[in-house]
Amino acid sequence: MNVHRTGSPPGEPDPPAVPDTELAVETRGLRMRYGSTDVLHGVDLRVHPGEVVALLGPNGAGKTTTVEILEGFRRRSAGEVRVLGVDPDDGDEAWRARLGIVLQSWRDHGRWRVRELIDHLGRFYAPYATPRRPRPHGTDELLALVGLTDHAGAVIGTLSGGQRRRLDVAVGLVGRPDLLFLDEPTVGFDPEARRDFHELVQRLSGLEGTSILLTTHDLDEAERLADRIVILAGGRIVADGGAAELSRQVSGRSEIRYTRDGEPHVESVEDATGRVRELFAEHGAAIGDLEVHKVRLEDVYMTLVREFESGRRTEAPSELTEVAR
Amino acid sequence: MNPNAVAARAGLQRARIELRQSLGSAQDLWSLLFFPIIGLIVMFMLRGNTVPGTGFSLGSQSVPGILGMTVVFNTMLALALSLTMDREDGTLLRAKATPNGMVGYLTGKVLGRAAAAVAGLLIALVPAAFLFEGLALGGVSSWLTLVWVVALGLVALLPIGAIVGSLSDNAQGVGFVSLPLMMLMGVSGVFYPIGTFPEWLQWIAQVFPVYWLGLGLRSAMLPEALAAAEVGGSWRQLETAGVLGLWAVAGCALAPVVLRRMARRESGSAVAARRQRMMRRGM
Repeated sequence: MNVHRTGSPPGEPDPPAVPDTELAVETRGLRMRYGSTDVLHGVDLRVHPGEVVALLGPNGAGKTTTVEILEGFRRRSAGEVRVLGVDPDDGDEAWRARLGIVLQSWRDHGRWRVRELIDHLGRFYAPYATPRRPRPHGTDELLALVGLTDHAGAVIGTLSGGQRRRLDVAVGLVGRPDLLFLDEPTVGFDPEARRDFHELVQRLSGLEGTSILLTTHDLDEAERLADRIVILAGGRIVADGGAAELSRQVSGRSEIRYTRDGEPHVESVEDATGRVRELFAEHGAAIGDLEVHKVRLEDVYMTLVREFESGRRTEAPSELTEVAR
Repeated sequence: MNPNAVAARAGLQRARIELRQSLGSAQDLWSLLFFPIIGLIVMFMLRGNTVPGTGFSLGSQSVPGILGMTVVFNTMLALALSLTMDREDGTLLRAKATPNGMVGYLTGKVLGRAAAAVAGLLIALVPAAFLFEGLALGGVSSWLTLVWVVALGLVALLPIGAIVGSLSDNAQGVGFVSLPLMMLMGVSGVFYPIGTFPEWLQWIAQVFPVYWLGLGLRSAMLPEALAAAEVGGSWRQLETAGVLGLWAVAGCALAPVVLRRMARRESGSAVAARRQRMMRRGM
């Protein structure tokens, strides 16, 4: 029998050539250049099977570009990329059947009904069913999962923003994907829709070992949803780890704010007490308005975002703690 | 289960759903029927005039041409327009994100537009048959000719629509095509036999499928004697099949290439950028 890595003949079991430990996403030295501008400078990214990874970064960090390359919608300039073991530039339809894609700007099929669209798009996945992953997902089950059962007959154009995004997630899941991409899933949501959506993603993450790669510019969202956070800034990965791990990386430092002769100063130091002692020894009464804070991940990230968005920083820092300096 | 066959069947479902949406929407019905309604009203008022050299009503003579033009609008222009609109709202990207989704999408679009165009033609034909005298709609051969001419016309026109829709980045781009199309309609004998036009103009008209679709429909729906008013004094059915067939072959060969090129460039950020441009235009 001819065994293709992804092109398994319809109805047959998963080919043995795909081991369970296959990485969902693996990039090495991924680069993207538009004209003479480099958008990604060598990104190394890994997503393990069943893992939820948040690609976190300010606007323009290269998150969408990275995800579009992984989705096979954009050709990279250089570097190695494997998504479910396949180079997305050569990804065939059987490979595509294992991906779910949820974009932020979808307004398609506004005149269709919710159930109609899920049923219609699900049909395309039937030839790619395997015993482990029956495809497509049942429409009713899926509607219940995303909380749209009551809107099954609704015309899609009449859905609210939150309902629409939940429909997009249902469509993303209809092929029972091995890997789901969620691009900025809660942009433009009110707090309640956001909370509902977070609960939905948390429910998904345990589901059938589906790996999820989500992009967001919101640290809180990344901490809430992801097993691992990868911070992308200026086209480079500046931090990679669990939320607690990243916090530990930066929380060894403290931020000291003070005025000297009325001039405000901010410093980030490891030994706050020692530095304060030094300051008083050197400047005595010239020091005023003293504040000492433990640096939190949130502060570091916000500083990073502010620096990028104000244009004060264009290059990525080599590590996260550098931002707080 | 062959994945392409599954996708084509899903495309049939798309065609059915979208046809139902069109026929149930006043706005869609209007865009399907505005041209024959206006055309037939105008020609009804001119029904007293006669085709040069005959005693036949010019109004009745124009009915097949108007129906043919209706088919042109509802296939070529409508398909081009819906392709650009589907690119703007992400429908096409959705197809690209689905395995074999483009096969299903195109099957659905093409069949849906074809069915809508035939529906539009038949709906317009009913009042025309009552309002205009002298149409030869009684014979079986009339209907057989109607069927093959319309079928061949659809295969010739739909790929052109797909190409125009792929090449223009927005609905305005398609609007750009409708101007030369109007001029073409003027020289293609839709309202007036082209036998009286200068010869160079006749040649231009005979390059394009609009003229041949109209001629084929006239050969189906008008009495034999009216052939005298045509170029060469004949219905020239062989030539009709030949020219429409050539357009069909060329279109079917070229359309997939152009469609693939267009689909390759679709991505989430392409859709988002187009949407931003559209919003800026709207302000």
